[in-house]
Amino acid sequence: MSVPSGVGGAPSKPVLRVEGLGKRYGSRHALRDVSFAVQAGELVAVIGPNGAGKTTLLSILAGVQPPSAGTVNRAAGEIGWVPQRPALYSKLSVVENLRLFARLEKVSDPEAVLGRMLDQTGLADRADERVDRLSGGNRQRVNVALGLLADPPVIVLDEPSSSLDPGQRERLWLFIGELAARGTSVVFSTHIVGEAERYAQRVVVLDEGNLLFAGSPEELARAGDGDGDFEQAFVSFLRKRESAYPEGTT
Amino acid sequence: MRWLLGKDLLILRRSRLLVALLIVYPVAIALLIGFAISASPSKPRVAIVDQTPPGETITLGGTRIGLAEYTDELFSQVHVVRVPTRAAAASRVASGDVLAAIVIPPDIVSKISSGVNQAHVEVIYNGDALKQSFVRSTINSTLAQANLALSEQIKSVAVRDIDLLLAGGQLGVLGSSQNIIGLSHISPALSGVARRQPPGRDRATLVRVAGFAAFAARNLGIAKNVLTTVSQPIAVNSTLLRGKRTPLDTYAVVVAVSISLMFICVLLAAGGIALEREEHAISRLLRGLISREGLLAEKALLAAGCAFVVAFAMLLGVSAFVTLDLSRVGMWVVALGFAALGFAALGIAIGALAREVRAASLLAFLLSLPLAFLALVPSGSVAGGLYDVIGVVSFVFPYKAALQALDTAVNGASPSIGISIAHLVGLTLLFGVLARLGLHRAD
Repeated sequence: MSVPSGVGGAPSKPVLRVEGLGKRYGSRHALRDVSFAVQAGELVAVIGPNGAGKTTLLSILAGVQPPSAGTVNRAAGEIGWVPQRPALYSKLSVVENLRLFARLEKVSDPEAVLGRMLDQTGLADRADERVDRLSGGNRQRVNVALGLLADPPVIVLDEPSSSLDPGQRERLWLFIGELAARGTSVVFSTHIVGEAERYAQRVVVLDEGNLLFAGSPEELARAGDGDGDFEQAFVSFLRKRESAYPEGTT
Repeated sequence: MRWLLGKDLLILRRSRLLVALLIVYPVAIALLIGFAISASPSKPRVAIVDQTPPGETITLGGTRIGLAEYTDELFSQVHVVRVPTRAAAASRVASGDVLAAIVIPPDIVSKISSGVNQAHVEVIYNGDALKQSFVRSTINSTLAQANLALSEQIKSVAVRDIDLLLAGGQLGVLGSSQNIIGLSHISPALSGVARRQPPGRDRATLVRVAGFAAFAARNLGIAKNVLTTVSQPIAVNSTLLRGKRTPLDTYAVVVAVSISLMFICVLLAAGGIALEREEHAISRLLRGLISREGLLAEKALLAAGCAFVVAFAMLLGVSAFVTLDLSRVGMWVVALGFAALGFAALGIAIGALAREVRAASLLAFLLSLPLAFLALVPSGSVAGGLYDVIGVVSFVFPYKAALQALDTAVNGASPSIGISIAHLVGLTLLFGVLARLGLHRAD
């Protein structure tokens, strides 16, 4: 499948800059001194094993929870948020969900935005259908649309394809690629490492709250020496790190 | 906040079954409890085996008292099922057809008339401990009423005879009538005769007998009062410390309405908050679209508003059947409003602590029903220590304060509604803070 690439070109001033981000729950460090930047129209994948801190990082970027340390250069309201499980009211229709959140986001012309989002998500013909009657893929589309209502320069998606079948997943990535092509920066987390290789221009690897890698998928493949297999390279990269830095050290 | 309110009302409108349950269930529970409180118990079915000969009378002095005076009183307390024999009565009790059986033996009249032997009736009953306790209290009370009626009859006859002995008059003995002198007249008569006697032994004897007659007349007069006191040793004078006497039926209305208000408020508020979490919308909302306090306030206001409308409609509807003072409608609004806010605060606290709608609803239900029953436990009906514990539990939850506020508003049960309202405001703040902490914990 061909996914539209980001605006690309020479690196410009980043639209999102994360510096020294940390999060503690009591004595446990969920995130430690994480820093990276995202360019306009860039697709950035956050990957790592379970408990690496991916969801914590994205929820801090989205303003769902505050960091214990560090800064994000954008306010939460300037970043679109697409949580892992669709955050929708199942008894409301697609258009009612969009209208409600457009009003809560204080969008200046909610009805115009509704029309645009329904067109973008391809749900115009199902606008009046209740969300609990939609398929998982269409529900996820509405979920993404809610994150885009305020036309944010950056959108953060937490494992957007986790509950979708392959066909729905393909359509979702096509939609996300089109977003990036229009200049929206996209930061997403995923368990499916192949998605990071296929769709992301940059990969951020987290493990136990630590930032292990930030670079292109090709650079990660080389660092992991996966013999052409990106997933194998990723696993190999994590093993190398573990042997270089035993548990409890970084 | 208004957009969220609109959304919640739209969701409620589309959840017709939920809304119907939310209204019908508490109203049904409330009406059942109200009916149980206000309805007087029906007369228990009791088998009576009357073995006395028809028309039997008790002879006291020269007066006959019909046994019907006793049995009529006895029968007025129960639904009488007449059976011919003791065996038939025992069979009816064993089958559960009657609650108990009372056997009035043939010698009851002779024993009462003897003035020496105590008469007995036999009570036959059956069943588990609860039923046994109910039978004992019911039959004992019934027999006590009948005994009292009989002793009143006996007292009346005795007092009439004492009056005759003191004042004199016509005394009927064995069908003939005789005019007797009263004891109070003997002393003056004898004293007159004694004065006409020459000094000596006869005169001294007459003076002594006259003195005894005067003494006896005085003491027999006192005996009349003693008889009255013994027949009903304690009479009741009631003093209500605060407010005015509340009729049981209007109190039952207040209980029914307050329970409905509580159920609707707590379930709706708890479910509303839990639904935001179950739909995963809470993370989207709380990232700047609405504050945590705003979200809690929206759910509390929605629940309080809906419950207020239902409860107020209930009060107005009930006023068509039970006399309520409609000039106090302003007070109803105040009491219902603050009570609804107290319950809504409890509901949002439950909703914030529970993670899903089913858990929130179950917790709300499990908490609400016992609270209502605990608040209705009267002092003195349980052990002192236990009542103190019940008092503390009732104090820290809003039901009792709401009940008192509404009872004052509807019935004027207390001179001032202010204390109950202040109590409800305090509990609203307390549960509001707990809800805020619960929402923070669940982020």
